[in-house]
Amino acid sequence: MIRETPEISAGSMADIAFLLLIFFLVTTTMDVDSGIVRKLPPPLDKNITPPKIIKRNIYTVLINSADMILITVKGQEPKPGNIKTLRRDVKEFLRPHYPDNPNFPEVEDLVLEINGRKIPYHKSKGIVSMQNDRGTSYKIYIHVQNELAGAVRELRDELSQQYYGMTFKELLKSDEKAAKQIQKAVPMAISEAEPADFGGSK
Amino acid sequence: MSKFKKDGKKKLPAISTASLPDIIFMLLFFFMVATVMREVELKVKVTAPDASEVQKLEDKSLVSPIYIGKPTKALQAKWGDEDRIQLNDAFAEVNEIRPFVEEKIAKIAEYKRKKHMISMKVDENAKMGIVTDVKQELRDANALKINYSTRKGFDAKK
Repeated sequence: MIRETPEISAGSMADIAFLLLIFFLVTTTMDVDSGIVRKLPPPLDKNITPPKIIKRNIYTVLINSADMILITVKGQEPKPGNIKTLRRDVKEFLRPHYPDNPNFPEVEDLVLEINGRKIPYHKSKGIVSMQNDRGTSYKIYIHVQNELAGAVRELRDELSQQYYGMTFKELLKSDEKAAKQIQKAVPMAISEAEPADFGGSK
Repeated sequence: MSKFKKDGKKKLPAISTASLPDIIFMLLFFFMVATVMREVELKVKVTAPDASEVQKLEDKSLVSPIYIGKPTKALQAKWGDEDRIQLNDAFAEVNEIRPFVEEKIAKIAEYKRKKHMISMKVDENAKMGIVTDVKQELRDANALKINYSTRKGFDAKK
């Protein structure tokens, strides 16, 4: 005699699906990779001598193996730097000073095209040079990079606010051409020194 | 005399839950598709340093990670506790970076190659020596766009 197979209840299907759902909910990591984006200089060409940069235009940030910062600017005694004030100091250094002030970097005349108008601008030729030891910790290196990037970003924001009434980030999204003008006026003037051999033989 | 006089005895009909599994399945499929399992097993311990001036990386397929840090506890007996480089899922030496970069670039469609980026996932306690070596090697390999992977939340004033 054939027995009728009883129907399987589908009532618990929702529970099973819930269980799976919760598993995937928990394991999903929607982490987007984020960080400080930098461009490395192309490899050195021995035939080309790097352009000479006047001492006055360089702001040197040196980090030693004990993670201490030393700031050197022309005309001043080298002084220990502080991560708390670094951003403010770098901003002050990179802000164009016109008319020419021997205590600050040279300025270069530039014409910006803003909203169809030509506006004269004095771009600072200042460069921040960063140098670190092999024993420097990565953490302090990133913190200094962060502050330098922050200084440039804030200067760009100021200019962008003045002419377009929005931050540089917003401008980059809405009007790339205008953002290029701001970038031209405030370049990312951060350079890293070629790694030097400290006492090693090669 | 209202037309819509309530029929006191009628009960509210129960809401059918028959479609509940379907809804749940839909959500389930969404999360199954969205879930990205980590492709490589980390052999080094990486705690990214914190920073505030961060940018998001958009297209993951254009980013190749390089991990630098100390080997995990279980691997320290064999590999020591010096900072090491991990490419794909194996420890590597500095001179293996160039083939690694070339291999990664070859996998990308030609018109997108310019956007290729190296993401440096370096432990905050690592020393700059090894990072500088890697950077020099990347320059020679012509992989100039790099990203220092960081966490959010740094405030220099604190």
